[in-house]
Amino acid sequence: MNLDAVIFIISAIVAVLGASMMIFQRNPVMAVLSFMVSLLAQAVLYIQLDALFLGAVLIIVYAGAVLVLFLFVIMLLNLRTTKELGPSSSLMRHLGKYFLSFLLIMEFVFIIKSSFFKGASLVGVMNMKPEGFGTVTSVATLLFTKYLYPFELTSILILVAIVGAVVMARKDKNIDRPTENKLGKN
Amino acid sequence: MISISSYVIVAAVLFGIGTLGVLISRNIIILFMSLELMLNAASLAIIAFSRELNVIDGHVFVFLILAVAAAEAAVGLAMVITLFRNKETLNIDRFNLMKW
Amino acid sequence: MDLTSASINFSIIYPEISLLIAAALILVSVFHKSANRIAPYIALIGIVVSIAMIFKQWGHQESGFFGMITCDSFGVTFKLIFDVTALLSLLIAHRYMISKGINRPEFYALLLISTMGMMVMANTTDLIVIFLGLEIMSVPLYVMAGFAKRSLWSSEAGIKYFIMGAFASSFLLMGIAFIYGASSTTDLRRIVADFHFIMSNSPAYMLTGMALILVGFGFKIGAVPFHSWVPDVYEGAPTPVTAFFSVGPKAAGIAALLRIFIFGFANVMMLSTVFWVLAVLTMSVGNILALKQNNIKRLLAYSSIAHAGYILVALTVGGNDAISAAIFYLVAYIMFNLGAFAVVTLMETRSGCKSDFSELVGLAKVHPYLAAVLTLFMFALAGFPPTAGFFGKFYIFSAAIKSGYIWLAVIGMLNSFLSVYYYLRVVKTSYFDSSDKSFIPVKYSLSIIIVLVITVIGTLGIGLFPQQFLNWSQSALFAFL
Repeated sequence: MNLDAVIFIISAIVAVLGASMMIFQRNPVMAVLSFMVSLLAQAVLYIQLDALFLGAVLIIVYAGAVLVLFLFVIMLLNLRTTKELGPSSSLMRHLGKYFLSFLLIMEFVFIIKSSFFKGASLVGVMNMKPEGFGTVTSVATLLFTKYLYPFELTSILILVAIVGAVVMARKDKNIDRPTENKLGKN
Repeated sequence: MISISSYVIVAAVLFGIGTLGVLISRNIIILFMSLELMLNAASLAIIAFSRELNVIDGHVFVFLILAVAAAEAAVGLAMVITLFRNKETLNIDRFNLMKW
Repeated sequence: MDLTSASINFSIIYPEISLLIAAALILVSVFHKSANRIAPYIALIGIVVSIAMIFKQWGHQESGFFGMITCDSFGVTFKLIFDVTALLSLLIAHRYMISKGINRPEFYALLLISTMGMMVMANTTDLIVIFLGLEIMSVPLYVMAGFAKRSLWSSEAGIKYFIMGAFASSFLLMGIAFIYGASSTTDLRRIVADFHFIMSNSPAYMLTGMALILVGFGFKIGAVPFHSWVPDVYEGAPTPVTAFFSVGPKAAGIAALLRIFIFGFANVMMLSTVFWVLAVLTMSVGNILALKQNNIKRLLAYSSIAHAGYILVALTVGGNDAISAAIFYLVAYIMFNLGAFAVVTLMETRSGCKSDFSELVGLAKVHPYLAAVLTLFMFALAGFPPTAGFFGKFYIFSAAIKSGYIWLAVIGMLNSFLSVYYYLRVVKTSYFDSSDKSFIPVKYSLSIIIVLVITVIGTLGIGLFPQQFLNWSQSALFAFL
């Protein structure tokens, strides 16, 4: 077994384990940390797939910014680990859901196993890996030429997300906790 | 060299775990992270396909998806804050004013 | 066929840009004291300018931005549909937001940007751009659903809409990933060009991708196995917002579905069977569950599920006839559905009123005209002639029969007979029921009157001159740019 395979197996296992630990945690802080471990393993997979730039971006943006935002909110709300949070202990109640997810995974695995990878001979450019695959230059060139329009669209998306987040999270003046008479349907 | 299909299978498993997380988790923050995980799984699949096809377009998609995920997280967490101010709980089972 | 027209030609996105500029102006004006008052007018001007730009685009078909935008007559028609929806929702919303004390200028900016996202969705053949347009449409909608922050109902609706929307987006994205893996592109035109080759090479990937995309859009338009969020979100959200997302995102989802499945994957036989099942389930479940509702907003929610089912009939049939029938139906549906929501909003602006059936009692005695208008909309929703609703259903079902889907048309017609029951219940309550509680009169405002006039003219006008209107909708076809 060569080094590539070892790295793949280790990071795949870590990614899957981290993700599963995340969904079964009761403590939200622990869940965020598990997700972060899973993300780091995913970044290793990205780099193995020659996506050097995106591997770095995944760590910087996702683990560095988005998950910190999650942590920040958890701290802000001062969440204690209560018993009522986390998945309910009764396996029986969720048996159908577990089964559904298992079925989904099995279906994907079956499809991937059965039809990999006839599509590879599809277009002429297939077989050669282009020079500088996955570097900042190659991604940026495409991003600012062919994908200029989607790129500008993301700027609008982020603008609207900022506006939405401010609207939702801002505390309006003269409004405090809802009392009974404020509970009326709008 | 590991075959690309193994990477896609990892992505599929992550997607399934994310789906399970959305279905079973009762803490809304963990639920949001499961949603993010599903987007991540799709990104991983795109990266793997991109490597197999040797077309770099997939990397651009993942870059855009990262922006989408960040935007969703920001809005979702802001909504959680509002809801928490009103209800003082993050348990999804308590959001039952209307039958789900 | 020019696939990668690289021209950066801004004239093909003028309608989007004018909405965006108006939204930006509103966001800048937030810091001004009178922002609350001027924001709706800025939004109104933005939408009107955008409509004017759309009329300038009429008949021009162009592709640009490296093939990321396809501005064909199909897309331009949908742009007009979205703009009209936004205009009517804005007019419905204005008075309501003031009376509930949630009139914030940001609301109008979010409405405009959401409309812009719909336009992006309808005017592209690239799956990634469709995905981004969907997100630009949805993110403001999540916020708008939870806009009444003090109301627990509203914030709950917002969070539920968010969870379902993000869940659906993930499925859609996974589907796009599989399509990309099979065909090495996300541009539907390239996929169409090489369709047989791709399908013979990796059929399993293509079919999985299509199934996942269908699940994603099924959630978005509220088709039946994925509909459970619809009534809750419709009930909880502020009523004008409910009006907006009972038609806007639905029309956008239908536009994307038509583009992807009728234009892109037209040659997959299995798809029409899937759509057949979806259409039958959506129509039947929507109508049956609507029978026992006691809240008007919940009733309209289930009715909107059922109407999505009628449009899915057009998707099953496919072909140019069905596309024009679907567009015809959508426009008609926008008219009478927004009209019905305008009446419900008007009822709710009275202080302390909910949207239960009991609030309607006595309406006909106090406001005979309003009751007559409500009756007209209910008749149109149920599909009586000579309203727009009748001809909408007529064209869809006749397209189905022409293509040999006799049973589908029969089930559809049985469903619309069933729906007559609950729509007439609304009419009966407002005319014939009596209670000891006296009816609190409603206060009209100019904006609501304008909405009612437009929607009544639309509902009757389309119903009386269906042929002219059908000719218009038949010109809205895909272009192979």
